[in-house]
Amino acid sequence: MPAESRRRLTALLAPPALWLGAFLVAPLLLLSAYSFRAGVGGALFRDWVPTLEQYRILLGTPAFLRLLALSVGIALLVAVLATLFAYPVAYYLVFRVRERAGVYIVLLLIPFWISYLLRVMAWKVVLGEGGAVNSLLLSAGLIHEPISALFYSRLAVVVTLVYVWTPFVALPIIATLYRIDRALLEAAASLGATPWQRFWRVTAPLSLPGVLAGAVMVFIPTVGEYVTPSLVGGSSGSMYGNIIFDFFGRSANWPLGAALAVVMLALTLGLVGATSRLTRLERFIG
Amino acid sequence: MTRVSRRGWLLPSYYWALLALLYLPILVLLVFAFNDGTILAFPLRGFTLRWFTELFATEALMRSLRNSVVVAAGSSLVATTLATCGAIAVMRFEFRGKGLFLSVALLPLYVPFVVLGVALLLFLSTVGLPRSLWTIAAAHTVVGFPYALLILVARLVGFDRHLEEAAMNLGATYWQTLRRVVLPLIAPAIFAGWLTAFTVSFDEFAVANMVVGREPTLPVYLYSQLRMTARLPRVIAMATLIMAITLAIFFTLLWLHRLMARPPAATSPVRP
Repeated sequence: MPAESRRRLTALLAPPALWLGAFLVAPLLLLSAYSFRAGVGGALFRDWVPTLEQYRILLGTPAFLRLLALSVGIALLVAVLATLFAYPVAYYLVFRVRERAGVYIVLLLIPFWISYLLRVMAWKVVLGEGGAVNSLLLSAGLIHEPISALFYSRLAVVVTLVYVWTPFVALPIIATLYRIDRALLEAAASLGATPWQRFWRVTAPLSLPGVLAGAVMVFIPTVGEYVTPSLVGGSSGSMYGNIIFDFFGRSANWPLGAALAVVMLALTLGLVGATSRLTRLERFIG
Repeated sequence: MTRVSRRGWLLPSYYWALLALLYLPILVLLVFAFNDGTILAFPLRGFTLRWFTELFATEALMRSLRNSVVVAAGSSLVATTLATCGAIAVMRFEFRGKGLFLSVALLPLYVPFVVLGVALLLFLSTVGLPRSLWTIAAAHTVVGFPYALLILVARLVGFDRHLEEAAMNLGATYWQTLRRVVLPLIAPAIFAGWLTAFTVSFDEFAVANMVVGREPTLPVYLYSQLRMTARLPRVIAMATLIMAITLAIFFTLLWLHRLMARPPAATSPVRP
């Protein structure tokens, strides 16, 4: 590369690279380093002798592992449900609505303009003890006491998260459905494939990268959730993210919290690595 | 109509039913902006507009709104500027470590915010930076960066490289070419990127909650009020106002867009 060109590249690349280095890479590296500390006390790096102590505690505490498994389970459930709910919408918009699809997509995304916290809160008004569902049931005489189990439960966490993510998952699915060559579907039709066969043998496999991308897009923020559980989950609805948050807040044990966070980071990055390989594989086949 | 498409009532009714399910909880919530009572429960207590008037008298709420606007405007400006530099570097130069740069740049999309939040908290306390609106803004530049970058990269793929070569053959320096040719051409993407970064920052809570100082942003303030029922109707009234304003802006833009009869820009703000 000529010197002049190199100078230009440096001028363009240095600002974002340095900024990300300072506010993204350095914090994540620091977090990893911190997770290898032996204990809470002492100066940060003067007494730093890497040990696996925190990870030993983590693995030796069944409650942590149970909560991790539970969070992965909830995130999987939410991702699968949101994708299932979103797919028919994406299909409808791409194959039926077509030209006016833009307006239909906007209608789908308008709820996103309301504060996330308030959208979560909206479910309290629907499911809470004095909420819409309970009031309706009470006034209809179907129940005599408000059902408290509707809210502040794990179920409320799942319902709320599926609600929040469903419109969002439709976007990558719409993007892949748009890219499907209509000629393939017509070819399948003229070769005698029924509508169902066309869908399952042509459309569905070709839309798999979008489905996968959408599911990952939901899984990652959900598995690390700590806000929604604290609002609608009650005491039984805590997730793995809540203990990370607590170790950095109330129960101040940063090294252990860091180890918990690193485990979560490894999990999500591993998932992204695996799925990006799958979607690339998909591209070769397609 | 191609042969492949079929008519049917199942998919349309599914779409509208899902839409109704999406809007219903929000509409139920918005009802309480006009309800003459502080508890979010039925039965309703009668119509009032006092929450809207009290809203402007609630100083802490207005302050947090102002803080949010400042943080979102500042962080989205920095994020978009950096993303523009990054996108041009990635799309117009070959260099070692490009893959690494891209993976790091997209990392905020793949790291759960609770992890990013505690990492930033740890970093700030190690470096000795006090937490404030500045630290929230810095965190939000990182969060908004990948969105802006993806939108800009998509735009740079779409335009003719020969325009730049032509400008330089005609005697423009590289930086003149950037300023007079490239930047105007990608201006719509810069705007879309900025808007996306702004929206993301304006509504972000999980990370802000960890790096917040004494001055809260709107979501942080909201969170602190969610358990105090007395303030809730005001908060909902404000959400109603913000939604009305964004809808008004959106439909004005859409109307202007139609008026100018330009082909629609094919940039979707959120893509994996």
